[in-house]
Amino acid sequence: MSRFRVSVNISPRQGILDPQGKAVAEALHSLEFADVRDVRVGRFIVMQVDAADGATASQRVREMCDKLLANPVVEDYQIASVEES
Amino acid sequence: MKFGIVTFPGSNCDYDAHHAVTDALGAEAVYLWHKSHDLEGVDVVILPGGFSYGDYLRAGAIARFSPIMREVVAHARRGGPVIGICNGFQIACEAGLLPGALLRNAGLQFVSEPVRLRVENQDTMFTNRYSEGDLLRLPVAHGEGRYTADAETIERLEGEGRVAFRYVNAAGEVDPAANPNGSVNAIAGIVSAEGNVLGIMPHPERAVDPLLGSPDGLGIFQSMMAHVSA
Repeated sequence: MSRFRVSVNISPRQGILDPQGKAVAEALHSLEFADVRDVRVGRFIVMQVDAADGATASQRVREMCDKLLANPVVEDYQIASVEES
Repeated sequence: MKFGIVTFPGSNCDYDAHHAVTDALGAEAVYLWHKSHDLEGVDVVILPGGFSYGDYLRAGAIARFSPIMREVVAHARRGGPVIGICNGFQIACEAGLLPGALLRNAGLQFVSEPVRLRVENQDTMFTNRYSEGDLLRLPVAHGEGRYTADAETIERLEGEGRVAFRYVNAAGEVDPAANPNGSVNAIAGIVSAEGNVLGIMPHPERAVDPLLGSPDGLGIFQSMMAHVSA
């Protein structure tokens, strides 16, 4: 059994209005970052998971996302990294 | 007739719900602790408003796994009435008792103000004491009340008469300016496919007496009483 550092990105699903992202984009525009086109604000979760290998750790985190960490009705998630720690 | 009001860590409308049931309606009410597994023989479960678990992760996401929720879901699956108010509506959606989700208000601000609702369906166990088209004045107090679901779900809710309440203006018409959170189709309250679970963002329990600014919410409790006693 090893320990893995797994990080996951959770973001509002495409097509779902993200007023937070919109407000951030407007603030960036007012700061003269005129090149910003679209901003979406999500969550980034990092956890330590004990597992036999990286693939198992990743699979466990997917199960956690399906059950609790993301709401499949309105959010998508992506495992960002799996590293042995 | 007995109401059970679930107290989660962070619930803050449980006492208002208790007041509405006992003092305004004249029925019996008990508090049900979130760690309990016993519904104590209640006829109706109320998931009250508040900020259960600090709204961590997503509003309602953690409360939905509280020990008592297993019994609440079983009660609902047996056809037992459940009403989720505000945070309770969010919890009911997270628990799969109702479709869709409640997202950050479109205007980004927490809204705390009285709103107008129109009764869209009088043939539910929560609305039988109203008439279709009745206008109610109830308070809202939420930051995440924008009801959202996929197009197919919305079509089904509308087609099956499961939109119980809609945000409207003083003339009783749907109006973007009268929609406090940007909910799809100005939806303020829906019922489950079987009709025994109501989710509503505004607070009927805080509007049960003219002294509180409006008695318009009492009808929901009277409707449940009429249904259970029948």
